[in-house]
Amino acid sequence: MILDSLLPATASTYASQIDQLFDVITVLVGIPFVIACSLFFSFIFRFKKKEGKPALYITGNEHQYTKWIHGAHVPILLFDVVIVVMAVNVWYTIKQDLPEANSTVRVIAQQWAWTFVHPGPDNVIDTADDITTINELHVAKDTLYHFKLESKDVLHNFSVPVFRLKQDAIPGRVITGWFEPTVTGEHDIQCAEICGIGHGLMPARIIIESPLQNAAWAQENSPLAIAAASESESESESKSEQESEQELAAR
Amino acid sequence: MSTRPIATTRSAAGIPTARLAVWWIISSEIVIFGGLLGAYIMHRLAHGIWADYAANTNTMIGATNTFVLLTSSLFAVLAHQAAEKGDGPKAANFLYLTTLGGLIFLCIKAYEWNYEISHGMTITSNTFWSFYYTAAGIHASHVIAGMIIMLFVARTAKKNLELQRVEIIGLYWHFVDVVWIFLFPLLYIAK
Amino acid sequence: MAELIPVEHADGHEGHAEHHEMSFTAKYIFPLDHKMIGMQYMFTGMFMAVIGGFFAYAFRMQLAFPGMSVPGWGEVTPAAYNSLVTNHGTIMIFWVAMPVLIAAFGNYLIPLMIGADDMVFPKINRLSYQIFLLSSFVILSAFFVEGGAFGGAWTAYPPLSTKAEYNLTGLGSTIWITAVFLEFVAFLLGGINFITTAMNSRAPGMKMWDVPMIVWMIVIASILFMLSVGPLLAGGIMMIFDQNLGTAFFDPDRGGDPILWQHLFWFFGHPEVYVVLLPAVGIVAEVITTFSRKKLFGYRTVLYTAIGTGVLSFTVWAHHQFIAGIDPRMANVFTVTTLLISVPIAEMMFVYIATLYGGSITLTTPMLWALSFIFEFLIGGITGIFLGASGNDIYMHDTYFVLAHFHYTFYPIAIIGTYAGFTYWFPKMFGRMMDDRLGKLHFWLTIIPFNLIFLPLFVLGAAGQHRRIYNFENYPELSLPWMQDLRQIATISLCVMLGAQLIFFYNVIKSWTSGPIAPKNPWQANTLEWTAASPPPHGNWPEGLPTVYRGPYEYSHPDRKGSDFWPQDEPA
Ligand code: HEA
Ligand code: HEA
Ligand code: CUA
Ligand SMILES: [Cu+2]
Repeated sequence: MILDSLLPATASTYASQIDQLFDVITVLVGIPFVIACSLFFSFIFRFKKKEGKPALYITGNEHQYTKWIHGAHVPILLFDVVIVVMAVNVWYTIKQDLPEANSTVRVIAQQWAWTFVHPGPDNVIDTADDITTINELHVAKDTLYHFKLESKDVLHNFSVPVFRLKQDAIPGRVITGWFEPTVTGEHDIQCAEICGIGHGLMPARIIIESPLQNAAWAQENSPLAIAAASESESESESKSEQESEQELAAR
Repeated sequence: MSTRPIATTRSAAGIPTARLAVWWIISSEIVIFGGLLGAYIMHRLAHGIWADYAANTNTMIGATNTFVLLTSSLFAVLAHQAAEKGDGPKAANFLYLTTLGGLIFLCIKAYEWNYEISHGMTITSNTFWSFYYTAAGIHASHVIAGMIIMLFVARTAKKNLELQRVEIIGLYWHFVDVVWIFLFPLLYIAK
Repeated sequence: MAELIPVEHADGHEGHAEHHEMSFTAKYIFPLDHKMIGMQYMFTGMFMAVIGGFFAYAFRMQLAFPGMSVPGWGEVTPAAYNSLVTNHGTIMIFWVAMPVLIAAFGNYLIPLMIGADDMVFPKINRLSYQIFLLSSFVILSAFFVEGGAFGGAWTAYPPLSTKAEYNLTGLGSTIWITAVFLEFVAFLLGGINFITTAMNSRAPGMKMWDVPMIVWMIVIASILFMLSVGPLLAGGIMMIFDQNLGTAFFDPDRGGDPILWQHLFWFFGHPEVYVVLLPAVGIVAEVITTFSRKKLFGYRTVLYTAIGTGVLSFTVWAHHQFIAGIDPRMANVFTVTTLLISVPIAEMMFVYIATLYGGSITLTTPMLWALSFIFEFLIGGITGIFLGASGNDIYMHDTYFVLAHFHYTFYPIAIIGTYAGFTYWFPKMFGRMMDDRLGKLHFWLTIIPFNLIFLPLFVLGAAGQHRRIYNFENYPELSLPWMQDLRQIATISLCVMLGAQLIFFYNVIKSWTSGPIAPKNPWQANTLEWTAASPPPHGNWPEGLPTVYRGPYEYSHPDRKGSDFWPQDEPA
């Protein structure tokens, strides 16, 4: 309720789970907070200094008073348990569980750009028809993706707010995670871990299309398809683009 | 008239203030070495190949140094005993012997490092050697610090002054010794 | 070498030889008197707070009005933005919160409150301050070297912080870690003093449970600090070696592990937040009991919750690393421990609220500060729960929600808590009363803007705004008009708040020079410092040190007729 009213979209299978968790936590910490605050302010006003009305002498050992304080443990612990159970549940879904993928993309972070390797028309990564793009990730709706996240230099963080997804990229490691887009649209990808001077200059876009559109895009942009096509302006253009990308990737 | 703060003469906890302080120093030092060695152990477990690197350390030299340090600790105990009996000059002599032990330790260490470095095993060779030199180096700097303080303490003890300091520096020296007892198996024996 | 000194001066032999006619240098530049050292810490911390506040002003202006030339700074380039944020965070925590809350109040108050004439190791005390002062120069010097100050965030994650080709600040990163290292050494030395003094030098008759809460809290905080900082000191050495000797502790290309630093940092970093929290709640305990004329509700409860929080704080560090690439199963453990911390802290806050019950409350300036601490900290605390819930932190991590969370904890601690203590003990420290009307004006003009700065940042954080980004125009979803409006509200509020600090400085100078002379015990409080002259002379009680007959919070005791307080040193 709260998060999805602030964000442009709720675009992954698990995004609404996080939104729900956020709402539940808001309520569960809100209740004790409101009670504590109302007591707090009412005490301040009720017990303002008045002539001839001395303060009470309470040591804090009297059962009649302590039962209120100690009694509060019970609901707080209970609320904690609820929050933990829900949080662990969400966590498990997103980070621990790795459902079978329909497709895999490689996400490579570096100072200060994103390289995305799409599997191409054959839907298999690391083959000749892989499509490499910079700062633009193309995915299909209702398709379960694995992402393989790497970094070439320092820590970065692959963050897709509409998916409510975040994962640090660590040089020397390949971290696998998953997402499944549920609505089409074009949204921000952000780098959410400080990575040097250009950290604020590492935006990318995620383009979620219908599976058909996505397939068409893959068909059109696959390096094989481009090579097979007869010479044309667009070809040489995309080639040089491709080359510069490879250069970047080799850095 | 020398007025020391009355605060320093009190002992509400029943433990002399100086001893209390040295225990606190030791516990914060334990955490320093704990962090370092904990990190080392985690790496060691994760990289089987480190055993091969560790094979290049000289267990004989390590063992000798352990012996040297343990002996010097013994002198520190003797110094404490002498101080308890009020025999300042004797305590001072034992402290000098302890310092000598530290010096021998450092000389052996210098020989060892010299050999290793000249054979291409330097602090940048790989992470094992980085840990090796860092851990032993931090320990050696504690040995040096301990020796310097010890010389000061011995100087006053010789005049039969401030004998309670002998125990304090002894405690610290034992701690330095114990750190080595941890370093020795971790760096030299586990292969 | 740190270890040297206690042994060297173990008995403070030469201690107070310079009793008579101390020269200016002996009294003000190289003092041994705990009060003067406390003041040195206080004013150094205040100076650093102004610098940290100025940095916040510079980068917040850039966020609200991107690309503008900020008056007093100039254009905020991406590199400058990063180093401003980094040094703002570092300075506020290590050069403001720590020195003021622990060292300044600790040095000033511990001997006075336990009825001693000084610290047990005056010379270590002086050395501690000198190392601290040196470290302040070191951290600031980075702004004047080639390449500028370090900009890799106050957490200094490698490889960014270890490789100059990545952080592009050359010397800056080494200066940063060196300064932090020195600062830690200074506080280890100071901590030894606080702990041993409080344990050993209590006045005759003062039992464990008669020690005022602030003293307990500073001692517990010092212990926490000593037990948690070690790994980071080791890590600091490793980082300096990585930067300058070419080792590869944190370099994944050559067999190192960048995550190792994160563990070493947060193993210290989380206890550290309670290191600064505890002294602040200690101050609040003193102030609210005095101004509600009530005994602290459950003295031991507060103590046990503080100790419980301290112990638990060692088990939660990885909640900062949920999505940093640690084993995902570990996150479950750390979620549980993190949420458990809410239990002792909630209890502590409830105890404070309960202390107000049945009181006779006067809303003086210090009382307003102390009360607002409780309220604002509750907001900071409950928002920590959102972050501790691992599933939610996947989204929340490194957003401004985190930022607002910790400003709602740190600000109450470092600024509100400090103001509470400062205004409360001002009569004791300077021998004059502070102007209450100006004080209240300053209070309201600080507390309202404070909320107006950080409440919008909660909203922005929930909307996905990330930290350490110098210009949100590059992110279409973060540069919506309503977001920019909130940013401007925050920045303008900050300017108002900074302006309001001038009232404070004016009030301090005016009251110090021409305020009404303060009596010994202007607040009619019980603790021992109020039985010394205002300000206390060298040696605190030249007429003889006090003896203690009862606990510190015996207000409105039924056996005591004719007055609602009962000083600790008054024979029964
Ligand atoms: C003094 C400062 C301080 C304090 C006291 C706290 C207190 C807490 N903090 Fe905070 N924290 C920071 C300073 C502080 N923190 C800083 C500086 C960072 C960011 C570092 C960085 O990345 O730069 C941070 C970041 C941070 C994170 C990491 C976020 C991220 O980067 O992804 C987390 C996650 O668990 C967290 C949790 C908590 C919790 C659970 C508490 C608890 O102690 C709070 C407990 C208090 C309460 C809960 C309130 C009282 C209770 C009630 C009113 C009852 C109701 C409660 C329930 C029903 C549960 N904090
Ligand atoms: C104690 C800690 C503390 C305090 C008090 C503050 C105070 C403030 N902070 Fe800071 N902040 C941090 C700790 C703190 N901060 C940390 C750790 C970070 C993270 C850094 C990083 O990412 O690496 C951060 C980052 C940070 C950012 C994030 C930047 C980014 O990520 O891009 C922002 C943005 O708005 C911000 C704003 C502010 C503002 C407006 C204040 C204002 O409240 C400041 C106003 C200042 C004053 C009001 C000072 C007045 C005091 C006096 C005049 C002296 C009184 C003294 C005595 C009596 C002794 N801070
Ligand atoms: Cu990449 Cu921040
Ligand atoms: Cu934490």
